[in-house]
Amino acid sequence: MTYLAKPRLLAATAPRNALGYTRRDYEGAISTLCAGCGHDSISAAIVQACFDLDIEPHRVAKLSGIGCSSKTPDYFLGNSHGFNSVHGRMPSVLTGAALANRNLIYLGVSGDGDSASIGIGQFAHAMRRGVNMTYIVENNGVYGLTKGQFSATADKGSKSKRGVVNSDNPIDLAALALQLGASYVARSFSGDKEQLVPLIKGALRHNGPAFIDIISPCVTFNNHAGSTKSYDYVREHNEAVNRVEVILPRDRIETSYPPGSLRRIVQHDGSILHLRKLGEDYDPTDHIGAINHLQERHALGEIVTGLLYVDNSAEDMHRHLNTVEKPLNQLGDAYLCPGSKALDALNASLR
Amino acid sequence: MKPTDTKAPDYFHKVVDCQWACPAHTPVPEYIRQIASGHFAEAYMINWRSNVFPGILGRVCDRPCEPACRRGRVDEAPVAICRLKRVAADFKEDISDRLPVAPTQKNGKRIACVGAGPASLTVARDLALLGYEVSVFDDGARAGGMMRSQIPKFRLPDSVIDEECGHIARLDVAIHQNHRIASLGSLLTEGWDAVFVGTGAPRGRDAELPGRKEAAAHIHIGIEWLANVAFGHVEHIGKRVIVLGGGNTAMDCCRSARRLGGEDVRVVVRSGFDEMKASPWEKEDALHEGIPIHNYLMHTAFLHDNGRLTGVRFEQVRAEYDERGRRKLVPTGEPDIVMECDDVLVAIGQENAFPWIERDLGLDFDEWGLPVLDPVTLQSTLPRVFFGGDAAFGPKNIITAVAQGHEAAISIDRFCRARPLDRRPPPTVELASQKMGIHEWSYDNQISEEARKKVPLKALEDTLADIRVEVELGFDVRLACAEAERCLNCDVQTVFTPKLCIECDACVDICPVECINFTADADEPDLRERLKVPARNTDQALYVADGLKTHRIMVKDENVCLHCGMCAERCPTGAWDMQKFLLNTALAGAEAPRT
Ligand SMILES: Cc1cc2nc3c(=O)[nH]c(=O)nc-3n(C[C@H](O)[C@H](O)[C@H](O)COP(=O)(O)OP(=O)(O)OC[C@H]3O[C@@H](n4cnc5c(N)ncnc54)[C@H](O)[C@@H]3O)c2cc1C
Ligand SMILES: Cc1ncc(C[n+]2csc(CCOP(=O)(O)OP(=O)(O)O)c2C)c(N)n1
Ligand code: SF4
Ligand code: SF4
Ligand code: SF4
Ligand SMILES: [Mg+2]
Repeated sequence: MTYLAKPRLLAATAPRNALGYTRRDYEGAISTLCAGCGHDSISAAIVQACFDLDIEPHRVAKLSGIGCSSKTPDYFLGNSHGFNSVHGRMPSVLTGAALANRNLIYLGVSGDGDSASIGIGQFAHAMRRGVNMTYIVENNGVYGLTKGQFSATADKGSKSKRGVVNSDNPIDLAALALQLGASYVARSFSGDKEQLVPLIKGALRHNGPAFIDIISPCVTFNNHAGSTKSYDYVREHNEAVNRVEVILPRDRIETSYPPGSLRRIVQHDGSILHLRKLGEDYDPTDHIGAINHLQERHALGEIVTGLLYVDNSAEDMHRHLNTVEKPLNQLGDAYLCPGSKALDALNASLR
Repeated sequence: MKPTDTKAPDYFHKVVDCQWACPAHTPVPEYIRQIASGHFAEAYMINWRSNVFPGILGRVCDRPCEPACRRGRVDEAPVAICRLKRVAADFKEDISDRLPVAPTQKNGKRIACVGAGPASLTVARDLALLGYEVSVFDDGARAGGMMRSQIPKFRLPDSVIDEECGHIARLDVAIHQNHRIASLGSLLTEGWDAVFVGTGAPRGRDAELPGRKEAAAHIHIGIEWLANVAFGHVEHIGKRVIVLGGGNTAMDCCRSARRLGGEDVRVVVRSGFDEMKASPWEKEDALHEGIPIHNYLMHTAFLHDNGRLTGVRFEQVRAEYDERGRRKLVPTGEPDIVMECDDVLVAIGQENAFPWIERDLGLDFDEWGLPVLDPVTLQSTLPRVFFGGDAAFGPKNIITAVAQGHEAAISIDRFCRARPLDRRPPPTVELASQKMGIHEWSYDNQISEEARKKVPLKALEDTLADIRVEVELGFDVRLACAEAERCLNCDVQTVFTPKLCIECDACVDICPVECINFTADADEPDLRERLKVPARNTDQALYVADGLKTHRIMVKDENVCLHCGMCAERCPTGAWDMQKFLLNTALAGAEAPRT
């Protein structure tokens, strides 16, 4: 944690994106989290992703619940819309916002406590309904904000800072998201931006519910020996299935890989996911295969990361509900509130 | 890339851009912090040790530190380092008890310094403090050399020169004014243990053109004319004055002429405006006083009416560059231009001259008439004779003369003690953590975002009316503090301990200028391109460390680091620390390590 605001002085050579913004323009207030918190790295990865995608900050709505992780939207995209909801209620507020205005990019930021404990129901239904959003869980295995109690993602057998062993079974949010119908599912690690940033970019450009479980060590309450969410443990057990690169329609494709090692997936909006295979064959379009892989590897004590599943023909909630294209705030009063005659007609039609 | 050896004496020194660029390696941020905390005498003494003439240099230094200043790379303008030095001099309280005194017991060695310019006076100070008996001989009326005779009083008042030359005279240095040394040969017979030659570059280049002889009465060599003005021998000039030349001497000439009756004073230069030798601020000052600068005009003839100067003829030229990038001025073919005038000041260059040094003493000169010297020890081919300042390598500036004076004093001291001259005493270096608490540092790490402060000036009509009225008023304390706050404290170094690092990226994410990276190893050119912000300023080092768990390397581009300490505040393990690096160059008397 630092008290000083970041000075605005910049190197003349600081990169600028197509909008003329620097990365600094995508930052928010100075973080008040503990020094070394994985959540801060995720904020930086979100900044990088939005910078790379030339996203106009005012086109983003960031929503969160309660927790250290849920505090982070204050620390990035200072010029975006934001809503800090009640504990575990980000998904429903976000769903409502998305229904009212489908033209914004929805970014939900949550914690493992916020989503896997108190908010598990909300999480499940947002995935199930196909809300077009990027759902990030900053997963540290504890309730950081309330001083380190085990959360529902803490592995059975892992030890708390004070030596207590967790006896409950963990919830694997990525596996759950897969089952519930998320059409883009990934897992990553806050300490590996090379992997994380492209995954966030792919999610932001995905049409449909995109879920990323990001292991994010809590330096203060969950970074000790015996923890399965510490920097060291995650680095030792990390098994990445692939590396992703997001290619926008405007980009020239320059990367060259040995034939057969690269897979191209064209997303709904024209962006291309370049998937470089790592190790054995892993097919991220095979839904059942993905679920099986996660379970097999989990049994071996591995943390599977990478783009686990993507469905490039996914549909979202608006399509399912056949909602109006225009944001409600642009429809005008007469349209939104057609008056008692229209209501009478409607009632009559239902009699 | 090879990991950085931060123990190498130059590594951290180079990070302190201003100190590195200062020929005398003045610890700039150290004195700027003293100013910010209102300790002006301390700030003055830090300067005095390094550059001997803080009050003088705080007004007229060529300030090579400022173009080098890191602030200039992250902001519109560098820190006003030079004018802060003046603040130290202006606001210091009584420093008499801080100034050292010469030992009463002398060491029996006698040294002669020829010339009383900054080079000689520096030698005199450094050696007098060690107990040497130093005599200075100067042909001028008052000490200071060209600082006294050339630099106009409206830039540098006599009182400041008197004060700072006085500090040296009080160290039992015998300064003999109006004492020209006419023969080095005979001086050498007087039994001096060593002789230092600091006679400057006293000859102004002339413009040998048609009409020069005939119109001589109203054509003046710039530096001779300025000396006459300085000593009050010249008090008037014609209404229409042409100054030939584009260097700092030309700027002093035109501004002086403006004050001695010149109404239509113009500077005419053969080069373009940007290529002029004068410092940007000198040109600005001239323009501010209503003096136009005409570029790309080559003087070809002095016009006269039976010996009475009437004007100057100019050919119009333009710059052409050959494949090697060298400039050539070629006539444009357009008609010549004639400018009418009453007086011409020729300020087209300055040369060395040593008419008083016999050529059969064993003291060799090179083809350009400069003494053959060891570039480090400044010893001539006559072992007892040393050179420094403008006399050594041609005209430069005061701070260079001072720096060379220090080196010559070291050489003379070692020579007199029969120590090898090529083994030089190293600087003293201290590195100390500035950490006081979790978010507390013993320096002010909050970065000021204020723009460079302008030095208040006296009203133009007042300064043009009297050539002795100083133009700049200097910063007041409030402006001085605001300007001092702009300094980034580049001497407070970021020091990285790889074995403590858990690679959490906190420092990478917080760094406001994005200069920290963790990445795969590569060759330097490749690495420079791959950083978060490509490191294209190759004058600035990359700080590289290995020994991380992931086998990546830490690479920090020193170029625009703000020394804000945010990396160290954010680091959960203390792998970054902010440590103050204080380097003081050795002065005469310091010992060289035995090897
Ligand atoms: C017009 C002008 C403006 C300048 N402005 C600046 C400026 O703003 N900032 C800056 O940093 N530099 C400036 N300089 C340059 C600066 O003045 C010199 O670089 C500096 O003074 C050199 O110092 P020095 O000790 O080598 O010799 P000098 O200062 O030249 O001193 C040499 C002294 O030796 C005396 N001398 C010479 N021969 C003998 C002899 N045989 N016997 C006895 N005495 C002798 C000379 O009369 C003189 O007093 C300026 C120069 C000029 C000409
Ligand atoms: C309704 C409600 N119940 C409980 C709390 C107390 N509480 C605050 S944060 C938190 C847990 C947050 O954990 P997580 O989402 O993992 O966030 P982290 O701090 O670990 O990032 C709890 C239980 C609350 N704020 N509101
Ligand atoms: S910012 Fe301060 S320390 Fe850094 S180069 Fe400039 S004057 Fe020197
Ligand atoms: S001190 Fe640290 S955080 Fe500040 S600019 Fe330098 S490297 Fe970056
Ligand atoms: S903040 Fe400290 S521990 Fe974290 S990466 Fe930087 S140096 Fe390493
Ligand atoms: Mg948590």
